[in-house]
This record gives sequence, structure tokens and C-alpha cells, in this order.
Amino acid sequence: MARMKFLCDAERCIECNACVTACKQEHEIPWGVNRRRVVTLNDGVPGERSISVACMHCSDAPCMAVCPVDCFYKSEEGVVLHDKDLCIGCGYCFYACPFGAPQFPQTGAFGVRGKMDKCTFCAGGPEPDRSEAEFQKYGRNRLAEGKLPACAEMCSTKALLGGDGDVIANIYRDRVTHRGKGGEVWGWATAYKLPAGSGAQPAPGAAPGAPVAPAPAAGGTKS
Amino acid sequence: MTARTAWAVLAASAVALTAVGCGERPQVINYKQGTYQGKPDTPAYSGAPFNGNRQQWDNAIATRNQAQNEYARTRD
Repeated sequence: MARMKFLCDAERCIECNACVTACKQEHEIPWGVNRRRVVTLNDGVPGERSISVACMHCSDAPCMAVCPVDCFYKSEEGVVLHDKDLCIGCGYCFYACPFGAPQFPQTGAFGVRGKMDKCTFCAGGPEPDRSEAEFQKYGRNRLAEGKLPACAEMCSTKALLGGDGDVIANIYRDRVTHRGKGGEVWGWATAYKLPAGSGAQPAPGAAPGAPVAPAPAAGGTKS
Repeated sequence: MTARTAWAVLAASAVALTAVGCGERPQVINYKQGTYQGKPDTPAYSGAPFNGNRQQWDNAIATRNQAQNEYARTRD
């Protein structure tokens, strides 16, 4: 049985935010709600890393554990979903989630916190599959169409992988084997393993075996 | 009032008090800790176009999964 997971290859993510846009467009997500976002560490510094983050569909999900009304459930494929009709918008799941995945639409003049919204792995929710009600509450149900999440399938560099955890782990393992290097080397030539003799120049700092200088600490110099 | 009548009144009151509880309906949702309380969901392969064919759905997902592996798609 498939256990659906996301995996983001930080070597490849170029912070283009196509995954964010694809998610917004696919599900018609309202302003202020970001089911997916791209986080960049050491932005602008050689060796920077970006990673696309959304609900990780945890095997032992903290949001499920803390929800006072037990509106969470897990599908056969291991996708963590919730029933918006039951959600009271308390925000406990937001505090529990290590990834900041739960989102709360703020509509109205006084910032009323609405019902929680989060990544559904494009699996909809507890409404009839591919119905209008499901789309309005949870977005499009691509899994029911035999498709994978839009963010992963749209990713231009294939940094973001989504699908059966075993399969995407094998894809990633295959990729790392082709690179022949770990995370200590940074650049296009590493992420894509340019074939020898192709004439392409490796990116600065991507010389084989040459470790990247450690990034300067943020917040100024030490005294 | 005799003792017999008093006992009868007491017994009738007890029966009445017990019976009152039978008509009580819960006024609030009684959440059961650790159990999903929402509507049931159907498996992804239950509706069209798969119509309950799990194997066909698995194959569709597996094909999409492998489409993410550009080494498999472009291997020379």
C-alpha cells in the first residue's frame, strides 16, 4: 500500500515558487492562505538552500493528537485530512505542527479565524469525490483522478517529489548515486550531474570535492 | 399517612426520577477522545474513472511516480 509523502531535494530547489503557484491555482486558495511555501536558508550567500514546505502528512501526526474535536483522519494512503464541518478553528493544530502547515483564513474586519485549511496532498476531503462541495472546501481531488499533487508534478527542476514514499525515496537515492556527492558541494553541476565532456562549465563552488566555505553567521560579526 | 403509603410514594418517586433520565437527549456533541468524529471518506479509487479498481489506480499512480524520475526518462 502506498504511503504518500513529499520529499524536497534542497540541491535542486531554485526558489521559483512554482509549487506555491501551482497549489494556489489548482485549488483556488484564497488570499492569505498558503498551503505550500518555499523557505530559503542563507539567502543570497553561496551555498544557500531552499526547500518547499507544506503538510508532511506525518505518520504520527501531532495535529491529529491535539485536535480537541478529533476532526483529523488518515486516508488509506497515509494522507492526513480533516473534516472542515467539524473544525472549530481553535488553532491547536497550528501550535502542534512543526512545519506550520495549518492555515487559518482571516476574513472580515476583525480578523476572525476561520476553519483550518492545509495541504490535502491533492486528495480532497470527506465529501463525495470530485464533487463541487469537495472542491469548495478542500480543493481539487487529483488522487481520485489518478494523479499526484500539482506542486510536485509542476516542479520544473523536479526538486519536489511527491508520491509513494518508497518510490520517491528510490528516485532520490538514484539521484544521489548519480551525483556521487553529498550535500557539501553546491551548484548546478552537482544537482544535475552534467555529463563529462559536455562543455558545460560547473557553477562556482561546485568543483568536485571542494567544500563550500561556511556561510557567514547572520546578525553581524562576533566580538 | 401510613408507612405503607409512604413507601409507595417513595418508590413511585424513584421510578419517576429514573424514567426522567430516559427521555434526556444530549445537548452537545460528545467527543470521543482519539477517534475521528467527522464524516466518512471514500477511497480515492472508488469513483470514476477507476470505479473501485484498486489495481488500475495503483498503476496510474505508479506511472506518475516514475514520471518524476528524469534519470529513468532520459537515460541513454
